[in-house]
Amino acid sequence: MRKLMLTVAAVLAVPGLAAAQELSGTLKKIKETGSISLGHRDSSVPFSYIDDNGKVIGYSLDICAKIVEAVKTELKLDKLDVRLVPVTSSTRIPLIANGTIDLECGSTTNNEERQKQVGYTNTHFLTASAFVSKKVKNLKKIDDLKGKTVVSTAGTTNMKQLVEANAARNLGINVMSAKDHAASFLLVELDRADAFVMDDILLASLIASSKDPGAYQTSDDAFSLPEPYAIMLRKDDAPFKALADKATSALFRSAEGAALYAKWFTSAIPPKGLNLNVPVGEKLKKAYAAPTDNPDPKAY
Amino acid sequence: MNYHWNWGIFLEPSPEGIGTYFDMLMMGLRWTLVTAVLAWIIAVSLGSAVGVLRTLPSRLGVGLGDAYVEFFRNIPLLVQLFLWYFVLPELLPKDLGNWLKTLPNASFWTGAVGVGLFMSARIAEQVKAGIQSLPRGQSMAATALGLTTAQTYIYVLLPMTLRIILPPLTSETLNTLKNTSVALTIGLAELTARTRAMQEYSFQVFEAFTAATVIYLVINALITVVLRRFEKAIAIPGYVAGT
Repeated sequence: MRKLMLTVAAVLAVPGLAAAQELSGTLKKIKETGSISLGHRDSSVPFSYIDDNGKVIGYSLDICAKIVEAVKTELKLDKLDVRLVPVTSSTRIPLIANGTIDLECGSTTNNEERQKQVGYTNTHFLTASAFVSKKVKNLKKIDDLKGKTVVSTAGTTNMKQLVEANAARNLGINVMSAKDHAASFLLVELDRADAFVMDDILLASLIASSKDPGAYQTSDDAFSLPEPYAIMLRKDDAPFKALADKATSALFRSAEGAALYAKWFTSAIPPKGLNLNVPVGEKLKKAYAAPTDNPDPKAY
Repeated sequence: MNYHWNWGIFLEPSPEGIGTYFDMLMMGLRWTLVTAVLAWIIAVSLGSAVGVLRTLPSRLGVGLGDAYVEFFRNIPLLVQLFLWYFVLPELLPKDLGNWLKTLPNASFWTGAVGVGLFMSARIAEQVKAGIQSLPRGQSMAATALGLTTAQTYIYVLLPMTLRIILPPLTSETLNTLKNTSVALTIGLAELTARTRAMQEYSFQVFEAFTAATVIYLVINALITVVLRRFEKAIAIPGYVAGT
């Protein structure tokens, strides 16, 4: 009997020991604290936002839930507390760096510049930079913006593309900047700006939630190739990233992934029951079939 | 902390194609200074006028001055700027509203005037307190000498008041400069806005905000030194305590 118990103890102890030796970085921290922290945004519809019941929901949150599940299985935890931490575009980097959040489940663009500072798991969305305007103004192409007043949100890659296009095509645009997407859209709504340059998916959600969605149109032209969105995590934490990559890759290839996409992009979503009606594009379909964390828009 | 420091980032070209990140911050600083100077001029001139109004022997004047101060100091600056920028043009007659909307650098004018009005309420309060802190004998003596109310203020009360309120006025000057950062909410590309843009582009958030902190500290320290000198230069020996 005693021998049996020893054997049982040994069998139980060995994998635990091995696991303890292997664990490092974020996984070690999660194991020790029994909790994982997810950063979320408050109004990045449909990726990460707060609904009318004060609940944090979104496509990115659902993807993060899959990663959390994988972490729980990997660490053989009975219980894993999930802490939700609101972040803004200014706080997401410091909070990832100082360990307050382990995953940023928002709508963050993955690019080469940013990869010097943070890591990303597989791309979950592709979005190109376009512009929205009132239909009555009849602006469809970038060249139609000649001499117009155009706004973009300060500090976005869209602003950079607008400034570049303005210089390259000699359009003489009066470029305005606004603090956030809601303020930028408000400027178009109040006729203070003729157009607003932003990621097409964010424009779709802003139009859908506006007072009069029928009054707006998005441009035919895009300012850029589609850029990838991905869940952000700490840089140089290979085991955690590998786990997140594995979980997201399995999700994207599965029927569950397709259903999840449909849930957020081609069905009615809270809080107003709007349907964004953005079917999965060819490029994104390819990115789901062969998941990648490549920051280069040309790779898609 | 898992953070990749890169102090060389300031010398790297900014993605907006207007020079390096350092140049970007300097362009922001220029807007901060221009906005602060205009706001300060508005704040001091309107603030003095309203402050004087509140001490005049006229109940209507005092009432108007009090209403002005309560209006501007009881509403958060952030809300005031939002109202001036987004709401006011909609309330005005259409032509005037459209003129405001298409005004070049609208966020600068709105920001400077908005911050100026907000700060003027605070300065009005100090001017009033400064005038009231003078011994009543001063204005009585002026009256006895046959000075009119206007002359009493110009030659007797205000020269003393200015000296008394200079220390708090220095604080308000610093506050005016710092408050211009709120104008980023109406799209003014001032120093804090440029700092935030820099961290969005480069993700080097700590370097960006360290630079902004140092720049604000240095500018405000300079203002303090200059105003202290001014305070000493105009002090009347033996009258105002501590100078």
